[in-house]
Amino acid sequence: MKSQSSSQFISKAFLYMILVIATLLSIFPFYWMFVMATNTNEVINRIPPAILPGKELVANFTKVLNTIDFFGAIWNTFIVASITTIGVLILSSLAGFAFAKLNFRGKNALFVMILVTMVIPPQLGLIPQYIIISKLNWLSDFKAIIVPGLIDAFGIFWMRQYISSNVPDELIEAAKIDGCSIFRVYWNITVPIIIPAFATLAIIKFMYVWNDFLWPLVVLRDEESQTIQVALRGLIDNYVRDNGMILSGTFWATVPLVIIFLLFNRLFISSLTEGAVK
Amino acid sequence: MPDVNSEKAPLNKKPFSTKRSFSEKKKEALAGYLYISPFFILFAIFGLFPILFSFYLGFHRWNGFGEMEYVGFKNFSLILSDPLFWKSLSNTIIMWILGTLPQLLIGIILAYALNATIIKFKSIFRVSVFMPYVTSTVAVAIVFGIMFNDQPFGLFNIIIGWFGVDPINWSTSDWGLKIAISTMVFWRWVGYNTIIYLAGLQAIPGELYEAATIDGATTRQKIQYITIPMLKPIIILTVFTSTIGALQLFTEPLIMVGRTYREEGLTVVLYLYREAFNNMAFGTASATAIILFLIIIVLSSINVFIANRIGK
Repeated sequence: MKSQSSSQFISKAFLYMILVIATLLSIFPFYWMFVMATNTNEVINRIPPAILPGKELVANFTKVLNTIDFFGAIWNTFIVASITTIGVLILSSLAGFAFAKLNFRGKNALFVMILVTMVIPPQLGLIPQYIIISKLNWLSDFKAIIVPGLIDAFGIFWMRQYISSNVPDELIEAAKIDGCSIFRVYWNITVPIIIPAFATLAIIKFMYVWNDFLWPLVVLRDEESQTIQVALRGLIDNYVRDNGMILSGTFWATVPLVIIFLLFNRLFISSLTEGAVK
Repeated sequence: MPDVNSEKAPLNKKPFSTKRSFSEKKKEALAGYLYISPFFILFAIFGLFPILFSFYLGFHRWNGFGEMEYVGFKNFSLILSDPLFWKSLSNTIIMWILGTLPQLLIGIILAYALNATIIKFKSIFRVSVFMPYVTSTVAVAIVFGIMFNDQPFGLFNIIIGWFGVDPINWSTSDWGLKIAISTMVFWRWVGYNTIIYLAGLQAIPGELYEAATIDGATTRQKIQYITIPMLKPIIILTVFTSTIGALQLFTEPLIMVGRTYREEGLTVVLYLYREAFNNMAFGTASATAIILFLIIIVLSSINVFIANRIGK
């Protein structure tokens, strides 16, 4: 009996040790980023380096504002991510509703086709995509991000799964018999039930667009249209490397998403896991 | 779900189903096609057409402005005889192994720890482990790029100094750069995989373990005969997604090696990007994309094959 409980204590201590180390390693770069963002370059380049926050929070951020159009880039990213997200929510929920609740020929084959598009590497069409965007005269135009961003196979998959398991068929049948048009069945009956699915998809899509780098780098060619990720790169291109300033920029660009994540982490994590287990 | 109409439904079903049903069905089908059409239209323009056009471009010489010239397999032979391409491919594969394998192994261990019934504060551990995933790749690459500073005051050089190792020129040495980039990939993705594995573990019915306990199975046997086989589909999924992700490595090396495109940090996608947007050689860039696509297919198949043998 005694050896049982002491071995349990050891395994418990071991598991806690693993989790505490993992937590510290996961959080440390955020803390370090903050410490560096508040210190001067001399303090950063000292041995041993600073481990506590300094007093240069405002000074470093002022330097960021003098180097890149930080707030302009944040605003651009916010606008692009919001419009793309709203568009994806509308299109994915309509398509998901059709796949889950409407009958039409070729439905299953079309759905499988959508799933297949998920495994194609995005770089395969990168150059022709760039050419199309430039022929449309959309270079440095938000449309270059928003319109292709509306293609979202995962969104349709996610909405279809949610609608099939949460919107009862009887409810839809009854509404149809009462003379509801199909759009009204979607709008008045389905939409109110699937609000949680909207919330989850919105967070995933918003974060994805906010963090995207390669495509904005290719199509947003002038400085006024840059998203924050492309603008951040402008910080390290300076020939005078000021790490306090650079990390101040990355720190403030990271804060909004971390806040969104901490507010909605339950939704975010549960949706990811549901997608994986099914 | 309060539902006033559900009682009415079976009663009313019959009288309507004869005459109106045909046009109703037609209307429904029309609405169905209408609602799914935006995806197919947009995908045709911005997805399918570009992919097909890439295959076409791979056989042409083109700088984006003048005439396209058909060159057959010349682009492919140009790339395959370019030592820099092979360097970028071997870099990509080494970073895939360095970044992915530890990530998946440690992800499983962390998920196992998070799933243990004796552990408290689970949600705090879960959120903090997952947080790196929320950060953008650009931010991660910048932060780790500074941590891997070549100078003695760089954070990682200080840490290895505690163990008596001399400072390393992370950004210019072959292995230094690969380790630095793999570390970024590891840090950003390990929590993501942990959460996926955790979901897989939680989906395993508890009765299986109870039955095994009654039969006198040891912890090791339970892991070997219940956990790993039941987790196999999830393991295949993560191996698959992380392989595809690792082969598309771009942001981290671009931030680390900057506009110099140093060969120590060149990856296949960075090679592709440089061909297209620095050298304006759209033909060879497209050929690179096609080769990358073929490599992804081959490696994913090998992956699935190996993963299928795990736990057999």
